[in-house]
Amino acid sequence: MSTFTKYTRRAMCGIAAAVVLGSAVSAQATDMAGKTVEWTIPFSEKGGSAKWANFFAPLVSEALPGQPTVVVKFMPGAGSTKGANWFQKQKNGDGTVMFGSSGSTQFPYLLGDPRVRYEYKDWNPVMATGTGGVAYLPPDLGAKFDGSANNLKDVNFIYGSQGATRLDLVPLLAWKMLGLKVEPVFGVKGRGDGRLMFERGEANIDYQTSSGYLKGVVSLVEAGKAVPMMTWGSLDADGNIVRDPTFPDVATFKEVCEKTDGCETKGEAWDAWKAFFTAGFPVQKIAFLPKGTPQEVIDTFVEAFGKVKARDDFATISAKRLGKYPMFVGKDAQAALDQATSVPDSAKAYVVNWLKEDYGVELK
Amino acid sequence: MDVLATVLPALGDAFALILQPSVLIYLCLGVVMGLAVGVFPGLGGIAGLSLVLPFMFGMDTVSGLALMIGMVAVVPTSDTFASVLMGIPGSSASQATVLDGFPLAKRGEAARALAAAFSSSLFGGLVGALFLTFFILIARPIVLAFKLPEMLMITILGLSMVAILAGRIPLKGLAAASLGLAVGTIGEADAGGSLRMATYDIPYLTDGLKLVIVGLGIFAVPEIVALLRQDRSISQQAVLGAGWFDGVKDWWRNKWLSMRCSLIGVVVGVIPGLGGSVVDWIAYGHSVQTTKDKSNFGKGEIRGIVGPESSNNAKEGGGLVPTLIFGIPGSGSMAIFMGAVALLGSGDLEVGPQMLSADYLDITYSIVWLLAFANVVGTILCIGLSGSIAKLTTIRFTLLAPFLFMLISFAAFQSGQNLADLVALFAIGLLGIFLRRFDWSRPAFLIGFVLSNPAETFANQAYQVAGSKFRQGFDVGMDYLFGPIVIVLIIITVVSVYFGIRQAKMIMSEGEVKSGSKRAPLIFLLAITAYFAISFFDASQINDRLITDKIFPMIACGVGLLCCFVLLGQMQRRPETDTIFADREVSGDDATAAHGLWATLAWFGFLLVLSSLVGFILALLVFLLTFMRLRASLSWAMAAIYTASGIAFMCAMAWILNRDFPPGLLQSYFDLPWPLT
Repeated sequence: MSTFTKYTRRAMCGIAAAVVLGSAVSAQATDMAGKTVEWTIPFSEKGGSAKWANFFAPLVSEALPGQPTVVVKFMPGAGSTKGANWFQKQKNGDGTVMFGSSGSTQFPYLLGDPRVRYEYKDWNPVMATGTGGVAYLPPDLGAKFDGSANNLKDVNFIYGSQGATRLDLVPLLAWKMLGLKVEPVFGVKGRGDGRLMFERGEANIDYQTSSGYLKGVVSLVEAGKAVPMMTWGSLDADGNIVRDPTFPDVATFKEVCEKTDGCETKGEAWDAWKAFFTAGFPVQKIAFLPKGTPQEVIDTFVEAFGKVKARDDFATISAKRLGKYPMFVGKDAQAALDQATSVPDSAKAYVVNWLKEDYGVELK
Repeated sequence: MDVLATVLPALGDAFALILQPSVLIYLCLGVVMGLAVGVFPGLGGIAGLSLVLPFMFGMDTVSGLALMIGMVAVVPTSDTFASVLMGIPGSSASQATVLDGFPLAKRGEAARALAAAFSSSLFGGLVGALFLTFFILIARPIVLAFKLPEMLMITILGLSMVAILAGRIPLKGLAAASLGLAVGTIGEADAGGSLRMATYDIPYLTDGLKLVIVGLGIFAVPEIVALLRQDRSISQQAVLGAGWFDGVKDWWRNKWLSMRCSLIGVVVGVIPGLGGSVVDWIAYGHSVQTTKDKSNFGKGEIRGIVGPESSNNAKEGGGLVPTLIFGIPGSGSMAIFMGAVALLGSGDLEVGPQMLSADYLDITYSIVWLLAFANVVGTILCIGLSGSIAKLTTIRFTLLAPFLFMLISFAAFQSGQNLADLVALFAIGLLGIFLRRFDWSRPAFLIGFVLSNPAETFANQAYQVAGSKFRQGFDVGMDYLFGPIVIVLIIITVVSVYFGIRQAKMIMSEGEVKSGSKRAPLIFLLAITAYFAISFFDASQINDRLITDKIFPMIACGVGLLCCFVLLGQMQRRPETDTIFADREVSGDDATAAHGLWATLAWFGFLLVLSSLVGFILALLVFLLTFMRLRASLSWAMAAIYTASGIAFMCAMAWILNRDFPPGLLQSYFDLPWPLT
């Protein structure tokens, strides 16, 4: 499609709607004025990525020169590989096409899923954010948990899971390393549904990402219906796992593992867990411009996201929606991406073999 | 009276919030936008909400809520237009409305059907809001009481409605439902990710078929083709019969049915995970069971409209409960709604348990009552419009059909933004045509399809959790599986299946069909049998480690195969005049139609093939022009006017909603300006 008419159309649409709704669109004569940035999210409107993009879209629209309209588009399918494969083919390097990937896009790429036709190294990251995760238990089992998992090894755990090849890989592997007998019930539609299973007493172990935990579990903990077990932790500048800044009072998996008999924080299992944790949590969501985007366009976006990050109120508004986690912009985002997509072959092989042995899942 | 002490002040505050002129203006704006979007089959609330989402950031909380709720609330009301007038289910909420609404439109009573539907919708919406006002305070423990076995039983109760809608030969109905279940399993399994009847080489299939496509293919395509072959108007009477006032009176006569179905809608809507897909079928089943003279169902029984329409608006209210107090969206539009709420005002508002705390109860109630007000405004607008919109049914159908083909292709494309959507629509449409022709129950197929995924997921999960409970002790397991709610649901299911089978013969949801020669029905049955066999074999090839991925499709196909074998045996023995050989091409409207089936279908195929070559808009240009000239025999000038207005309408709609058109081969070589993309 000719880009010119498309922008005119979208911009007119935006202006018309803006006028209808009583707000106004400023029309500065700078490079992005009147354009529309389509930010494609390879998931449905329901998920965390939708929330993430909807949070940033108005902020970055304000920060970009000329205040272009930023629309979030959804292209769900094949566990996000459909959208990522589509993005791989995009050539509009003028800043009108943006993509948001998540841990669920990174994992199939790392595991060699046959549907993956995209290559992270081709893309230009402009911004990345991370999250954390917290595992929790019902109060009776929480009472048995003494900082180590030694007293929990005889319990039959049930966990509502979205699938072993998704982000759930990280908690499932962690629990396995602790020697817990966790039976995942697959086919749960989202982490919210997993939490509901826990609340109904059908599941007796669960984890949520930080925002999910803040929203749904903190009130359960306050009411005495749940007890936090451990966080996955967060990474310091040297790549060490440290306490999660959002939950400084909750021990990390690393601490629990060290105290638990038979769990080791070195060796191939640990390396595999840490590699996939890094790919799935501290660098969970990344905004990309397509392959072949000129440097000045990349710089414009990096600067805009930098401005968003520098807002006085950014810490407060983002803490509420996304949790207290670092936001990486520009070079830092590139470094974060390298960290998230470089998993040693041995770790990959370990996970592929474990998925096959324990769950019969074969990626071919 | 503790509850009253909490409710009343919060309710008072809520009304103070709502009854401000600016809020009411936003509400009306939302309703009008929702109406415009909702008339489009298959777009619905998600498209509308996405349209306003960019403006939610920092908007005043109550005004923003008013705008969004106005839009969400009116969609299940306005999609009734397509269901009644064209026989196209606008969304899953109005599937059952088609069964009796469309026959009424054919009798020239479209205005009556619409008015009855809208009155019921309004009443359902209000009952829902009233019920919620008190229920929401005690909802949390009740929602938590619905565990996996309970959800599975509700799904099975929905499936048991097949018994009523099975048609004259129960085995054919059962086979159709099994086929729906089997088709619903196509794609990647939820549990272990195994592929069923799909391959990674065709990525489109791995996601499974979408409800929009199946609904349009099974109901809309066959009806459009059938009407088009006869070259007359939808209404077989030259003048419109009963008007909208009769419809309102019809509703009033059935107010108790409407009340009961509203409560069904609200209660089932409250349960997260089921969404609304079973509600209208359960309400339809209830309407049938409580009607003394059942002979009119499927031929234009007004109670068949009042029931489902009362329930589907009440369901929207019920659906707010899991969304607001658990933060779990029951539908796509609720998910966007949730995301948008976080953008409103200062951003403090976050759905979840705190919505019930004293600080937020006024906001919660304003949401509930905004929903009710939106229903009132929407219904009044719809009833006002119904008289004139019903005149559509008196237009010569040949002039309407190409625009309907245009609309359903566009709607189908929006579900996956993939050219394969159009191929799937055509394939399912073909299946729908044959199901209709040989009198296999299309509602049974659709129920099977819609409930396939919930039935499979809940069954697998309940089995797994029950296994772990049984390991703790036999009584723990039994307590888990057979709670009081499950037992009550089992009793209701058994009773409704028993009466359903007894009554099914009288309810011809598709009208009477004559029997004729043996050959065509036999070939179709063999084709269905072959599909079951292949699908069964395909599922059996899945690794035994992933038993959860294979067991459900194998059972569905196994049941289907059994039915088919018995039917084959019966076909061997019975004479060709037996109802088992029902075939619409033998006698009746289809047999005497002016145009052949294949020639008519070819027009639709022509549009799709052309779209894949030169893109949608250019294809429309050629298609509309040639259709109007050759098939409708208009002059070139008139044909050009029709074509231009059709394309202008399409472009305006897509432009406002920010939607793309299907691109073709041409577009992959040349960059063309919008809308030719």
